[in-house]
Amino acid sequence: MTGMVVIGASAGGVQALLTLLPALPADFPRPVLIVVHVPPDHDHGLAGLFEARCAMQVREAEDKQLPEPGTIYFAPANYHLLVEPDGSMALSADDPVNHSRPSIDVLLESAADALRRRLIAVLLTGANNDGAEGLRAVARAGGTAIVEDPETARVPTMPAAGLALCPDATRLAIDAIAPHLVRLAPSHVRP
Amino acid sequence: MNDETPEPDVDDIEIELLLEALYRRYHYDFRHYARASIKRRLIQARGRLGMASFSALQDRLLHEPEMLAKLLNYLTVQVSEMFRDPSYFRALREKVIPHLRTYPSLKVWIAGCSNGEEVYSLAMLFREEGLEQRTIFYATDINPKALKAAEAGVYPLDQIRKFTENHQKSGARTSLSDYYVADYDRAIFDSSLRANVVFSDHSLATDSVFAEMHLISCRNVLIYFDRDLQERAVGLFDESLVRRGFLGLGRKESLRFSDHAAGFADFVREEKIYQRRER
Repeated sequence: MTGMVVIGASAGGVQALLTLLPALPADFPRPVLIVVHVPPDHDHGLAGLFEARCAMQVREAEDKQLPEPGTIYFAPANYHLLVEPDGSMALSADDPVNHSRPSIDVLLESAADALRRRLIAVLLTGANNDGAEGLRAVARAGGTAIVEDPETARVPTMPAAGLALCPDATRLAIDAIAPHLVRLAPSHVRP
Repeated sequence: MNDETPEPDVDDIEIELLLEALYRRYHYDFRHYARASIKRRLIQARGRLGMASFSALQDRLLHEPEMLAKLLNYLTVQVSEMFRDPSYFRALREKVIPHLRTYPSLKVWIAGCSNGEEVYSLAMLFREEGLEQRTIFYATDINPKALKAAEAGVYPLDQIRKFTENHQKSGARTSLSDYYVADYDRAIFDSSLRANVVFSDHSLATDSVFAEMHLISCRNVLIYFDRDLQERAVGLFDESLVRRGFLGLGRKESLRFSDHAAGFADFVREEKIYQRRER
């Protein structure tokens, strides 16, 4: 596997992703896995919302499937999304973590384990602390940690919590994140 | 160190050894469970059981059989709801039950029943539809403590509001309150609901087929398995079902990528209800 990008977002997250995701090119060389906190009871239709706006393919994550480059995967409502050691996606109905299911920590920690230094994790706007532990796990495993700048984020709590546990994370304004991911991509690609 | 040969993670080595020990000592086989989830659960167990490492946990597990029950509670038990995903139960009621009515006697298997929420849900549904008396329900799980809880049929009262809401949305003909009595903070379900239920220890990883079924409901169990174990489990379901029998999976589970896909037809696609084809 050539690497992976994982993104966590909560309050204000859909708006932030509407800036970030359409700015990624169709041939973006990695899969992008995303957890957004949404109410648990309904299928959220995020994939449908973004599909029309993105150059990349957009899908809902499916259990035990290998994510493909150039494709964005959203965690389904009310399930955790994890990355297995072989890089495939897995779902779980385990208890909420940080009052959240899907939880950003669960995605980031499992992806850090599986991908190590080939992982790029991005923590966006949000009103809770989910994702902070995960971001630290990513950095400890040698991966790349990025947070949306709390000063310009719609809701600063979540990226600030990420920075508190992972002070070396790169801080970027929302519109600078996609160009940064594109720049990072070639140097991370390994045959 | 480079990307191609990462330093082996000590936790991962220990987990592999622990799962091997668990299998060889007690014949509980978690070796083909999806590793990322099992690791999260084991990390939780290690912390709550006050172990410094997975190796320490393995040592205790090998030498103290009473550790098995404690560990199983972390590895298997999960909280569910009665009539979880009400639209699934509505589809059973409206689309599957009319077919089941044509059989003089019925067998239903709830595979991986955990604390029994779905067992009671199906028993109520079958009672409401007038099929309960001709049905035997097999409720199976690998965790003896979960089976005991399922057999007791006692749930926290604070869950009842959610259960009631789900029950109504499932197209219920009765009120959930007809089926339980409140006792302080507990709801005790009517024991007659389990008059036709056989609770039994059964592992989808190591056991085989035990009866011919008309309906198998196995929801949010397969997602915890790796591809190999998923294939094994679906193979058991395939073998167990009568011709044109029904299989219900979890909302985000699918036979689409299974080797057994050809043996089943979508019956209610959006609810992941399949019908075994004639062969």
